[in-house]
Amino acid sequence: MSHAEPATAPTQGPAALLEVRGLTKSFGDTPVLRGVDLTVRRGEVLAIIGPSGSGKTTLLRCLNGLETPSGGTIAVVGGLAVDFAQRPSESVRGLLRDRSAMVFQHYNLFPHKTVLENVIEGPVIVQRRPRQEVVAEARSLLERVGLAEKADAYPSALSGGQQQRVGIVRALALRPQLLLFDEPTSSLDPELVGDVLGLMRDLAREGWTMVVVTHELPFAREVANEVVFVDQGVVAERGTPEQVLRHPQQERTRRFVDRLLHPM
Amino acid sequence: MSGADWELARESLWPIVSGAVTGTIPLALASFVGGMVIAVAVALMRLSRRRWVARLGAVYVSVIRGTPLLVQLFVVFYGLPSVGILIDPWPSAAIAFSLNVGGYAAEIVRAAILSVPQGQWEAGWVIGMSRRRTLSRIIVPQAARVSVPPLSNTFISLVKDTSLASLILVTELFRRAQEIAAFSQEFMLLYLEAALVYWVICLALAAGQSRLETRLERHVAR
Repeated sequence: MSHAEPATAPTQGPAALLEVRGLTKSFGDTPVLRGVDLTVRRGEVLAIIGPSGSGKTTLLRCLNGLETPSGGTIAVVGGLAVDFAQRPSESVRGLLRDRSAMVFQHYNLFPHKTVLENVIEGPVIVQRRPRQEVVAEARSLLERVGLAEKADAYPSALSGGQQQRVGIVRALALRPQLLLFDEPTSSLDPELVGDVLGLMRDLAREGWTMVVVTHELPFAREVANEVVFVDQGVVAERGTPEQVLRHPQQERTRRFVDRLLHPM
Repeated sequence: MSGADWELARESLWPIVSGAVTGTIPLALASFVGGMVIAVAVALMRLSRRRWVARLGAVYVSVIRGTPLLVQLFVVFYGLPSVGILIDPWPSAAIAFSLNVGGYAAEIVRAAILSVPQGQWEAGWVIGMSRRRTLSRIIVPQAARVSVPPLSNTFISLVKDTSLASLILVTELFRRAQEIAAFSQEFMLLYLEAALVYWVICLALAAGQSRLETRLERHVAR
């Protein structure tokens, strides 16, 4: 697993980790992404918001090869650049993936493995790091999210909030350069959302680079460095949380934000 | 039943049971193992993204399910010699039953693999696994649990189907009963006795199935 260090910082702001240009994706004849540009900067949190069906989850899944874009490029600073004009091989998609880790809406923990086994599977089996070292690291990560005593439990014995925290620990244990979150709190009971968002806020403060697809606008406002509003497969508006969430320029952004903040 | 009947029942029990132990049970076990190897291979073929591979798997399943087991058995034992392939009765039976079980179990294995949610494949991909490794470490262990009840069914059917091997001269449970029945002319008695022995074997298998299911289900919330 080679994690090339990004090149030195460009002219302004923190170094870009990922440059997405003109990304398109169609499912059959249905265009889902219609030319998206995105820059993910090292140590920053990028929040992707937008109505359901807007393509925001597809966009996120293109970043780690879970979906193969139909066109456009993704460049990882420090080397790899993938042009999707030709369909990339699985190994090329693998290179994109190996820099990131993802937290799923439905957790997707392995039900036949204990919490600890879920966490160490990638580092030990795929990355071939020494088991003892990985176990120690996994235990301290679990400790940190308050689940030390659940290490030997199976996922079915955990609440949704606990499962999602394990999902986050499983992602962290891979030591990725980039953390991707796909609506990480959307399947949680309301009273469990706070735990997960709190953990994500801490990760952001520690300087993890994160791309978060979310409906939690207060979270985006507090934690994100940049907010991107995706609608009908394009970035309709982007800027600081202040700009996009408080003073949206576009009518459709305003309507979306209003509806989420004032549902009744 | 007269005293003589009891006497015959008692005396014939051991030959019949030993026919089960030396014939029926080893034949069923060997055929099941062979059948599962075929089943996994065919199931993976049917799930292949290469269309012609998938098609080939589908044709195999269709042929096996669309023709009688007895005909398959006869093709192997009586048919193959005419093209120069001569196989002894026992291996003939094992081959025919393996091919047959392979066709039926392939569909069970395929359905079990498909029953594992797509998110499990994605989680495997995200932690860096190849398709093959995700299949073996993440998908198959979960599919195995789902497939125990239907595969147990297949195995129990197989145990009873091995009685067809008596028609190609394999000495097993049913052939022993036939021989004694022909000799003593007590058909009802001997065939009921044979049925009883099959039933006892299947009861034991069903008990084994429940234990296996309990073991495999321990981590799964209902």
